[in-house]
Amino acid sequence: MDYLLEVEGLTKSFSGVSALKDGRFQLKAGSVHALCGGNGAGKSTFLKILMGIHKRDAGSIRRNGTEVDFSGPANALASGIAIIEQELSPVPHMTVAENIYLGREPSGRFGGIDFKTMNLNAQKLLDQLEFDIRANQYMMNLSVAQMQLVEIAKALSHDAEVIFMDEPTSAIGEKEAQQLFKTIVRLKAAGKGVVYVSHRLSEIFQIADAYTVFRDGSYVGSGNLDAIDRPSLIRMIVGRDLGEEYIKTNVPTEDIGFEVSGLTASGKIEDISFDAKRGEIFGIYGLMGSGRTEIFNCLFGLDKLDAGTVRLHGQHITVTKPSEAMKHGIAFVTEDRKVTGLNLDDSVRGNIAMASLPEMSPNFLMRRREEQAASTRMIAHFGIKAARDTMPVSSLSGGNQQKVVLGKWFLRDPKVLLLDEPTRGVDVGAKREIYRIICDFAAAGGTVIMISSEIDEVLGMSDRILVMRDGRSTGVYRREEANAETLVHLST
Amino acid sequence: MSLSDNKTTNGWFTSDSRRVIIQEYGIFFAFLLLSLILSVSNEYFLTSGNISNILLQTSINGVLAIGMTFVILTRGIDLSVGSVVALAGIVSGSLATTSATAGVFGAPYPAYLALVVGVLVGFACGTIVGIIVSRFAVPAFVATLGMLSAARGMTLIYGGGKPVPGLTPDFRWIGTGNILGVPMPVVILAVVFIVSWWVLNRTRFGRYIYAVGGNPHAAKTSGINVTRIRFIVYTISGSLSGLAGMMLSARTGSALPQAGVAYELDAIAAVVIGGTSLSGGVGRVTGTLIGALIIGVMNNGLDLLGIQSYYQQVLKGALIVGAVMLDQKRNHGQ
Repeated sequence: MDYLLEVEGLTKSFSGVSALKDGRFQLKAGSVHALCGGNGAGKSTFLKILMGIHKRDAGSIRRNGTEVDFSGPANALASGIAIIEQELSPVPHMTVAENIYLGREPSGRFGGIDFKTMNLNAQKLLDQLEFDIRANQYMMNLSVAQMQLVEIAKALSHDAEVIFMDEPTSAIGEKEAQQLFKTIVRLKAAGKGVVYVSHRLSEIFQIADAYTVFRDGSYVGSGNLDAIDRPSLIRMIVGRDLGEEYIKTNVPTEDIGFEVSGLTASGKIEDISFDAKRGEIFGIYGLMGSGRTEIFNCLFGLDKLDAGTVRLHGQHITVTKPSEAMKHGIAFVTEDRKVTGLNLDDSVRGNIAMASLPEMSPNFLMRRREEQAASTRMIAHFGIKAARDTMPVSSLSGGNQQKVVLGKWFLRDPKVLLLDEPTRGVDVGAKREIYRIICDFAAAGGTVIMISSEIDEVLGMSDRILVMRDGRSTGVYRREEANAETLVHLST
Repeated sequence: MSLSDNKTTNGWFTSDSRRVIIQEYGIFFAFLLLSLILSVSNEYFLTSGNISNILLQTSINGVLAIGMTFVILTRGIDLSVGSVVALAGIVSGSLATTSATAGVFGAPYPAYLALVVGVLVGFACGTIVGIIVSRFAVPAFVATLGMLSAARGMTLIYGGGKPVPGLTPDFRWIGTGNILGVPMPVVILAVVFIVSWWVLNRTRFGRYIYAVGGNPHAAKTSGINVTRIRFIVYTISGSLSGLAGMMLSARTGSALPQAGVAYELDAIAAVVIGGTSLSGGVGRVTGTLIGALIIGVMNNGLDLLGIQSYYQQVLKGALIVGAVMLDQKRNHGQ
């Protein structure tokens, strides 16, 4: 029997860095196939090659037994492969129907668009799917969940035989998700193949028949879901031993460094309480959108909090803006260094000095010599590889840029370090150095609170771990009692 | 191993520092080249009289363009400068005129009082724009477009649409006087330039401006009060526009309600030619000064060569676009 889609030995590397080493995949007609893997496992590269967005380096893709090579998404679509992307791409000022039929509007008389037929067809499609959306509504008036449903309707309107769904439930609620699953069951019954990509294992076990796991760009295994249990699947996804990668040198003391109780920001986080000891690395784990970054934004005065108290070394503090948090000795290494961490137009030196300008130059005039000395000190301390500190920070590698951000905050000699994904997009070598810096800081009596979506990192570095789900804490766990299975389980 | 090892050297400079030199001073070389061509093609160009003339013509646009630099560095724009020029000119003129009909009660007042009021008028316009942009998050383009219209309207209301003639000699001194033979407008431009250079390059506030323009999010998380910085730059631009308005009326001897029309375009042109990025965070006030000089030299040179002013506008347009095209190529061609 021919598979709807069969992929073998797919490889792809980007400027020498391998993103996919051995992509393998088989999709049967009338089945739902879950594609699993952590961040950076190669799933999105895999999807992009299948849709013809990236060119593969090697490997074969067969559609119904014949070798194919798509030049782009339109080409893939023509061969009956549609994708529902994670990132929505609606045209806000057009109606739902116009969005669904974008680029293939039915033409009416005199070469115009036959709006009547278009609206009619779109409405029929939406009704069929039991989506409660009117075809003539403007896209911008819909909720994110509804937009996601329109995106799904759009993909289905192509009458594709293979449908990829990349995290389709990440932005929609439980009710919509169940509607979507009903639709998936219907598609399955109609003999189509659905490829379902999701981090939410409970969903996978609910609707998928088969699974394929990728890890570090390679195929790890595949099979039928009724032949595997949840812990085993998680073990396959997480994989390798955590072993040597994380070397902890800090020992938590009994002193409470930072204490948060009842932190609430309506619609974002609710009733978050925890305390971090001096000398401790306190981890926060949660999926994207679980409210983890919002905790830091509240603590640092970037977001308004509705309730909750914060204590620093036993002293009650209030923070309404970043400069106040900084005065108390709180430092915040943000999630995305390019968006919120660095001024890419400025030099290494300028960036290191950016958060300490009032301290370094108490009067109006800049003290340039002090600035230079400070930047030299930080570059040496963190081993930042830059020819000169006057060169633009944008010319540094990701790891060195991250060290500049750390340098910016360490210059302030903080008491509490809030780290949001401190090693995202950083190579292994620099990662290890950053871990060393964090450990040294904690070992010297500092308090570290670290958000990470990398399970290995959280388990490897933290003394205790708070798990977030849907804006709430699902508990704080000691290092010894946490493992990958429990974290994934608690966060989904 | 030092990273500079793999830079090729060529004569005096490493390729890296040569790139910096071209980037920093390229506009200056362009200015010299333009001057050289003009001095060869017209013997009158390099006379002291003509140079003084060019500087005089550049001074008002120079002052406006320097104020504009502060705003553009924070990712903003100020379209209202031309109208503020007229409003400050009329209001200060009404205090410093001997004309019985155009002056306010008790005029003429001492020149310094009129001058202070003129700057305050500009400051007030800048304050309004600054609040609208920084507190109410209205795009700078829209807020200052509103002020462009409103300030012109206020000028016409205040003066009844009529000019204010007969400004006192004391007041006129800032436009026609000189210090050690240097015309006052040129002196004012020099002072404004030096102070601005110092503020942008040597003070904390200057660093904040670059940080806010370079990455407002990063500036905010670094504890910088982004709202306040955004507000202040508009008051600077407004105050300098007020000053420029009085330089203009003092030179001509009367304040005109239609003064300063389209001055914002020349000011923006000078900033852009000077290499400041409209997306903020990158640029130098030195570049702006040279940009203003290039516009001045070009206008003057084309006059000397007897080229009709209509053609001058076309050439100026080409120059602005060309300068930015070169900039783009330089920044992305590496």
